[in-house]
Amino acid sequence: MKKIIYILLMFPIIISSQNSISGVIMEANDKNESIPLAGANVYWLNTSVGTVTDIDGKFALEYSKEYTKLVISYVGFKTDTITVSELKPIRHWLQPTDNLDAVTVTTRKQATAKSYLKAQNVITVSSDELLKAACCNLSESFETNPSIDVNFADAVTGTRQIKMLGLTSPYILIATENIPSIRGASQAFGLSFIPGTWVESIQITKGAGSVVNGYESIAGQINAELVKPTTDDRLFVNLYGASSERMELNTHLNTKVSDKWDTGLYLHGSTQQEEHDVNNDGFMDMPKYHQINLMNRWQYTNLEKGFVSFINLKVLNDEKQMGQLGFNPNTDKLTTNAWGSEIDTDRFEISTKLGYVNPQVPWQSLGVQTAFSSHKQESYFGLNTYDITHNSVYANAIYNSIISDSRHKVKTGVSYTYDHYDELVNSNIYERTETSVGGFFEYSHDNLELFNLTAGIRIDYHNLLGTFITPRVHARYSPWSKSAFRASFGRGKRSPNIFAENQNMFATSRNIVVNDVGGNIYGLDPEIAWNYGFSYLQGFNLFGRKADITFDYYKTDFKNQVVVDYENPLEISFYNLEGKSYANSFQTEVNYNPFEHFDLRLAYKFYEVKTQYNSGKLYKPLVPKHRFFTNAGYKTQVKENGAQWKFDATFNWLGEQRFASTASNPIQYQLPENTPTIATLNAQLTKVFSPKFEVYLGGENITNVRQNNPILGANDPFGANFDTTFVYGPVFGSMYYAGLRFKINNKQN
Amino acid sequence: MLTGTLSFAQNKNAKATTEVDGVCGMCKARIEKACLNTKGVKFATWDVKTHQLSLIFDERKTSLKTIEASVLAAGHDVKESKATDEAYASVHACCKYRDDDVKDAHQEGEEHKKGDGHNH
Repeated sequence: MKKIIYILLMFPIIISSQNSISGVIMEANDKNESIPLAGANVYWLNTSVGTVTDIDGKFALEYSKEYTKLVISYVGFKTDTITVSELKPIRHWLQPTDNLDAVTVTTRKQATAKSYLKAQNVITVSSDELLKAACCNLSESFETNPSIDVNFADAVTGTRQIKMLGLTSPYILIATENIPSIRGASQAFGLSFIPGTWVESIQITKGAGSVVNGYESIAGQINAELVKPTTDDRLFVNLYGASSERMELNTHLNTKVSDKWDTGLYLHGSTQQEEHDVNNDGFMDMPKYHQINLMNRWQYTNLEKGFVSFINLKVLNDEKQMGQLGFNPNTDKLTTNAWGSEIDTDRFEISTKLGYVNPQVPWQSLGVQTAFSSHKQESYFGLNTYDITHNSVYANAIYNSIISDSRHKVKTGVSYTYDHYDELVNSNIYERTETSVGGFFEYSHDNLELFNLTAGIRIDYHNLLGTFITPRVHARYSPWSKSAFRASFGRGKRSPNIFAENQNMFATSRNIVVNDVGGNIYGLDPEIAWNYGFSYLQGFNLFGRKADITFDYYKTDFKNQVVVDYENPLEISFYNLEGKSYANSFQTEVNYNPFEHFDLRLAYKFYEVKTQYNSGKLYKPLVPKHRFFTNAGYKTQVKENGAQWKFDATFNWLGEQRFASTASNPIQYQLPENTPTIATLNAQLTKVFSPKFEVYLGGENITNVRQNNPILGANDPFGANFDTTFVYGPVFGSMYYAGLRFKINNKQN
Repeated sequence: MLTGTLSFAQNKNAKATTEVDGVCGMCKARIEKACLNTKGVKFATWDVKTHQLSLIFDERKTSLKTIEASVLAAGHDVKESKATDEAYASVHACCKYRDDDVKDAHQEGEEHKKGDGHNH
């Protein structure tokens, strides 16, 4: 950005001639002294009318009405262009170019970038942003992003749940490298199975999204791009320890195997074996667990022929134990000796990607993705048993080309999915197979300046959902500089995995009621929703510094939904929607860079999420109507040896949230209608010693805010009113952590 | 069918590169648009830094000369000829690439190269 610092002082001097303009040019300095600049060029833009300043920095120049822009330049100084609307003497300070370093820094890449150019409302979160909250896996990566809400699913499993546009993660298509990955059995805990250091960047698309990755997304799409063998550090080690005695280790090892092959081995291990009970309810505030997660990637690059290919293998083992203090799985499992729970997950994944770009015609490319995953979870919660095995196959082929010229791009392709679910819910077995074959076509038009449009349609044949069409349209219009108006609409359809997606219900004494109406999925019908959105982004300069503001409005309108009804405290029931269910979301966000190296982000969100329950049309429980968010980041100038300090703080305020009704409970188990408001603060400090080594120190929930009695009926866990799902705030108080990162950069970087 | 035989020898996806003068992302949009608006041009990218214009076009429908003429008409100088004064005058004030000061100004602001709009 061209930083123009100029001051126009108007002197009440009567000038003799109306046809000339005069002024003084000075050298800008810290003390604001008047140091005249002799020999500076002063001329009217796009004319040959110009002059040079004299020894006192003064100049006089012909003027005529057509001349409006005065250019002032001098070797060693920044060229300034000032607008002249009145014939008044000019006093102008010219900035020496040795301040240019500062100018370059102000244009540095923002950690979170909003696109002015794409049709879709995409927010890209870079690895810089991900480092702002050093922790630890994908579910914790959204803490500094106001578009995604993160909250705890229940008071025992420590699972973080994300929401977008007021809707929970099953309504978001979550993909790794564009392969839908967190779905089905991995829906509840899958985000914690992607270590943070593996993530290179995240793209968040609000609204319907593209048709290329399937029909399932309703509220939006999140894609996590993983680190790649050719661009990641040759060696990377991250060690993390928290006051809760949580320990994590991440190592990346990337090597070049041959001219065309690179490989990377990524290992993540984490553990927490200490029992914590800060609120003295006899229950652990967070699970004891250990996780081992291994990924091996192979990358083939042959640019001459236009091939890039990836082969990925992932293996995961995660074991958690929760519940009352002193619970011993060997003697107490599935007994009433003590309430306890274990969740053991084994997952295996293999995926391949093959990309071919025709070296002759760069607009022609072909991509083929395949993935196989096997996910097995065995678990019990008190006396409830839940096991699920989910095997999944995904294949997608995409062909990219143009129609007539590169302003008209088309994507077309076919996809295939296979999902086999085998579930054991207490003594009931649920087994089903889903297969679908679909074709898609997406056209995008870009007129290179003001307007672009992406319109896509897909048709799928699904053994349980039937044959259906999914249209999705996005458009952008930028009528003036740094603006983007966006509008979108689209349809999504999905089969709800009622048990896998709502596993927190097992950690309650509620009876599970499924209102079987003969539908194809647990006797229920598929969920169908339309999403409509409108957003306006405007970049501007405030006091000469970069800023942008966004207004978003999205509406999700369910045609059918499987209603998850917690309104009877002794029951959880699932039934097809009868009546209306919608989620309206409004968000405004301001990003500002008030001074060098300091970034500020402020956001306000308003949600109206309502569903027709059997007991009436109600706000969805535990969704705050109002949310306020602030993130501030400061970095010191990078020294020559690469040393730097980074500070980051995030403040979150959540308004009241509705509790599901507890009115029919005995008085001691009744909750108020709404939760109190809640405010939390996180902060982190990073000291970079060199490009190779850095340490960080941070605090989560520094003000030590806690929900006092997160578990209803904690004193009687086998009684009828035991419930761990009424969680609106942190269960564990403040937590501090420290860690280090050591890396040896890849030469190719 | 003489033309038929002739066109058979011509390349549907002929490639060419040439130099075009310009300074910023706005110039880039103007140059590329001028090219793509020429019938037969399928692909055009202009690099702000190197001033190189890469083209892919259907030789049966157009030629490098024709495309260059479109670029000249949009007000941008090409390797061997200059745009007319009228055409050059139509270029936005901040894109006056013949002006040394405008050139210098753009060298400082990295942003123009990304083409993410124009900020003056």
